[in-house]
Amino acid sequence: MLELLQRPWPWYLAGFMIGLLVPALLLLGNKKFGISSSFRDICAACVPAGLSFFKYDWRDNLWNIFFLTGAIIGGFIAQTWMQNPAPVAINPETTAALQDLGIQDFTGLLPSDIFTWENLFSLKGLIFFVIGGFLVGFGTRYAGGCTSGHTIMGLADLQWPSLVASMCFMAGGFFSAHLLLPNILKWLN
Amino acid sequence: MKTFKANYGYLIAGVLFGIIFVKAEIISWFRIQEMFRLESIHMYGVIGTAVVTGMVSVFLIKKFKLKALNGEAIVLKPKKFHRGVIIGGFLFGIGWTFTGACPGPLYVQIGSGYTVILVTLISALSGVWIYGWWKEREIAGEIKKGTGTLAPRLKQQK
Repeated sequence: MLELLQRPWPWYLAGFMIGLLVPALLLLGNKKFGISSSFRDICAACVPAGLSFFKYDWRDNLWNIFFLTGAIIGGFIAQTWMQNPAPVAINPETTAALQDLGIQDFTGLLPSDIFTWENLFSLKGLIFFVIGGFLVGFGTRYAGGCTSGHTIMGLADLQWPSLVASMCFMAGGFFSAHLLLPNILKWLN
Repeated sequence: MKTFKANYGYLIAGVLFGIIFVKAEIISWFRIQEMFRLESIHMYGVIGTAVVTGMVSVFLIKKFKLKALNGEAIVLKPKKFHRGVIIGGFLFGIGWTFTGACPGPLYVQIGSGYTVILVTLISALSGVWIYGWWKEREIAGEIKKGTGTLAPRLKQQK
C-alpha cells in the first residue's frame, strides 16, 4: 500500500487528471484554468500602487487564491505522505549532461546545488531565483497566460493565439536549455 | 459567507492539482531540463494528454450547453493576439528552464518544502508588477500623443 502511494504517476494518468481540471473548474463556477492570473490578483490585492492594470476588484477572483492555497497544501500532502524515496527517473543522458555542467545532487525534485537558501545572495541565487522568477512573472503576463491558461485551457478551446504562445514558450525553453543555461552553469562553476 | 463556501470546491481542486504535480514530477527541475533537451516523452505526454482531455471536455460542454453548478452559463472568451504573446512567451520559456517551474509549480514547490522558491515567487510577482507599471507609462505616452488605444484594451483584459 505504502509502495503504491510512493510510486510516481505515469504521464498519461497525470495528463488526464490535469485535463479534467478544465471541465471541473468550468462546471464549478465558469472558471478558466489559468494559474498566472493569480500573480496579477496578488499584486492588485497587495501593491496596486494606483496602476490601472491593478485597478479591479481582486475579490472577484477569490477562487484563484483558494486554488493556489490548495496547490500549496497538495504539494505538502504529496511530499509528506506520498513521497517517492528514489530520485526522479530522468533519462541517464540528461543526468550525464547536467553532471558535466556541475549538478551533483539528483536526490530531490530540485537540485540542492542551486535551490538552497545559502545560495540566495550569490550569483546563482540572482540568476536562478531572481531573474528566473522575474522572467516567469513578466513573460506570462505579457503573453497573457502560462502553460495552464494558454497551452491547456487555450488549446482546449482551440484558440490560435494560445498555439502561438505555446510555441513561443517552447522556443524560449529550447533556446535557454541549449544555449543559455549550459553556458551560465559552466561560467558559474 | 455564501461565496466563501462556494470557494471550497476550488480549494479541493487546488489540492488535487498540487498532489498530481508532485506525483507526476511536473514540479521537478530535472524533468523540465529533460523536456527541453528532448530526452523524454514524459512532459510532452503530460501536456499532450491534458490538452486532449481538456479539448474533449470543452467540446462536450459546448455541445450540450452545460451550465455551471452555480447556475452561471459557461462562457469562454477568445484569446487575443498581440506581440506580447510572442515576446512574453519567449521570455517565459527562458524563465521556465531557470526555475524549473511555470506559475502553478512555483506554488507546489513551496508547498513541498522548497521554501527558497518563495523568493522566486516574489520575483515573479515583481515581474507582473513591473509589467503593470510599464503599461501605465505606455498609456500615459499614448494619451500625450492623442492615440489612446491601449487603455481600453487593458480594461478589456479582465
